[in-house]
Amino acid sequence: MQPFTTHTGTAAPLRRSAVDTDQIIPAEYLKRITRTGFEDGLFVAWRRNEPDFVLNQPQYAGASILVAGPDFGTGSSREHACWALLDGGFRVVISSRFADIFKNNSTKSGLLTVVLPQADVEALWAAVEADPATAVTVDLQARQVSYGEVTVPFEVDEYTRWRLLEGLDDVGLTERHLAEVEDYESRRPAWLPKALPALPA
Amino acid sequence: MPKTLAEKVYDAHVVRSAEGEPDLLYIDLHLVHEVTSPQAFDGLRAAGRTVRRPDLTMATEDHNVPTLDVLAPIADPVSRAQVEALRANAAEFGIRLAPMGDRDQGIVHVIGPQLGLTQPGMTIVCGDSHTSTHGAFGALAFGIGTSEVEHVLATQTLPQYRPKQMAVTVEGRLPEGVSAKDVILAVIARIGTNGAAGHVIEYRGSAIEALSMEARMTICNMSIEAGARAGLIAPDQTTFDFLQGRPHAPQGADWDAAVAHWRTLRTDEGAVFDTEVVLDAAELTPFVTWGTNPGQGLPIGGSVPDPAAMTDENERRAAEQALAYMGLTPGTPLREIEVDTVFLGSCTNGRIEDLRTAAELLRGRRIDAHTRMLVVPGSVGVKLQAEAEGLDRVFTEAGAEWRGAGCSMCLGMNPDQLQPGERSASTSNRNFQGRQGKGGRTHLVSPSVAAATALTGRLTAPADLQSADLTSAGA
Repeated sequence: MQPFTTHTGTAAPLRRSAVDTDQIIPAEYLKRITRTGFEDGLFVAWRRNEPDFVLNQPQYAGASILVAGPDFGTGSSREHACWALLDGGFRVVISSRFADIFKNNSTKSGLLTVVLPQADVEALWAAVEADPATAVTVDLQARQVSYGEVTVPFEVDEYTRWRLLEGLDDVGLTERHLAEVEDYESRRPAWLPKALPALPA
Repeated sequence: MPKTLAEKVYDAHVVRSAEGEPDLLYIDLHLVHEVTSPQAFDGLRAAGRTVRRPDLTMATEDHNVPTLDVLAPIADPVSRAQVEALRANAAEFGIRLAPMGDRDQGIVHVIGPQLGLTQPGMTIVCGDSHTSTHGAFGALAFGIGTSEVEHVLATQTLPQYRPKQMAVTVEGRLPEGVSAKDVILAVIARIGTNGAAGHVIEYRGSAIEALSMEARMTICNMSIEAGARAGLIAPDQTTFDFLQGRPHAPQGADWDAAVAHWRTLRTDEGAVFDTEVVLDAAELTPFVTWGTNPGQGLPIGGSVPDPAAMTDENERRAAEQALAYMGLTPGTPLREIEVDTVFLGSCTNGRIEDLRTAAELLRGRRIDAHTRMLVVPGSVGVKLQAEAEGLDRVFTEAGAEWRGAGCSMCLGMNPDQLQPGERSASTSNRNFQGRQGKGGRTHLVSPSVAAATALTGRLTAPADLQSADLTSAGA
């Protein structure tokens, strides 16, 4: 996973709530077995059908920070939603509330999700709509979002922050504790099911 | 300290707990399908890792599978490649696979319970958000992304943070024609599409206890549509009776030991929930959605809401966008909405009881001449049982299409899709824009509302049929 320390870029205001993962990337784009190249599916229905959609506006074409309405990423567990955003050039999504699985997936794929109060999201929308070239800095080290004269702190748990700053892979971290996994396995009840084909009763 | 059911299951699976770190949870069963797994297997190969517990892992093909000509090669080359990747990965890593054509094949959340692999008190994960279905057995079951699929394949564990606890209590008796689907749609409309974020929901109360296992699965299935990490129901005699004798259920002395343990899986007196929601079963009616998220629903007797009357700006904007997409006008009675297609199936409502309920309404009647109805059993097992009961003939004689098993039109990764502008009444779980096909418009309904709607061609409650002037087959 690519480490995340600090990022400065322009931001796209996505004034929609409950943006579900089917909008971020529709199911037909999930048939691929590779882990890259999902940018063509990113918000594809809105990009095709709505000329005014924010990412169709040239002033937001190069944005790398998405500022969305509440409840971003509801629905499916597809990590492809995070991959599509990353492949589409985004490093950060800001919202007042994320769906759990999307947020969790983002921490595994190196996409930073930042929770800000809705009032701060509204202020950021207003700023980037007034001047789309506004430079926005998201600093994970300092846990703050800043633009113009404004600086807003955000919360992130220490462990997730450390993993993102270092770009660490969870599997490697868990493998340090395999002795404890083995110990747990030795205590599991024998009647728990096995998935191997069952013998006829 | 008194614990909730979810806390008991969680605590029993903590392998490691350390200050300032997520807990490491052991996973008892890992279900795998073709869509969210290929990159995870690639990750294992790239790192030279193996699957730690292939004996606790089971794979099936469900999302991409066609429901016609199921024994022929898949025509779409991209879908076919994905299914073939799963077959190659299952063979390489020694994982049991129920492929197309196998009698155990089906939607991953239908086959786990059907085989008896889903049992009370287990932790179950799958790269699929509807894994919450398995919570109906008192298991802690949740959807994960592909990075986590790789993590479970490699270690049989997952780093997790302790979830918050929510109780959804439904007391009383459900009125005739009101089903589990209506209960969960009403719950989601109440708390919102992400209203249970960060929580595990325990469904409780006399109305929940009276439900069959199939109905409990419908409720737990849609926990994710309220944003919950998982949903579960305490196991009881209904649960044990469903499991006994299934291929992977414990037998003999093991069965007795298991049941003794399962009986302890109840929320303790005095356990504390962070959030509580209470519904009166007697007040519920058939529920349908009008918008583009599962929280945008109303009793079928209602009308399309007017966004101008909504005070919350985000809610109003979402409703405006939803109505524009759905092609609906505020004030239109929901019962006047005409549909083109009825879809009966999915991990929400593709089990035998769902098919029986719909068939009972269709028996001896013909569906509306301008409406098509697809009936897609959740698994080959469900399909065979339905055919043994003669339900397939009830559906086909009514004018519906009887298909092979899979996810089908729930998300249209196979050829079963809505056309642009086409409107459906669907027993599936998501009415998101384009979910069932580009430009398709979805109204979520229960199996009995689906059947009644197929008969009239517009959103219809089963109770409406008794008063309606319907032509019987052959009349």
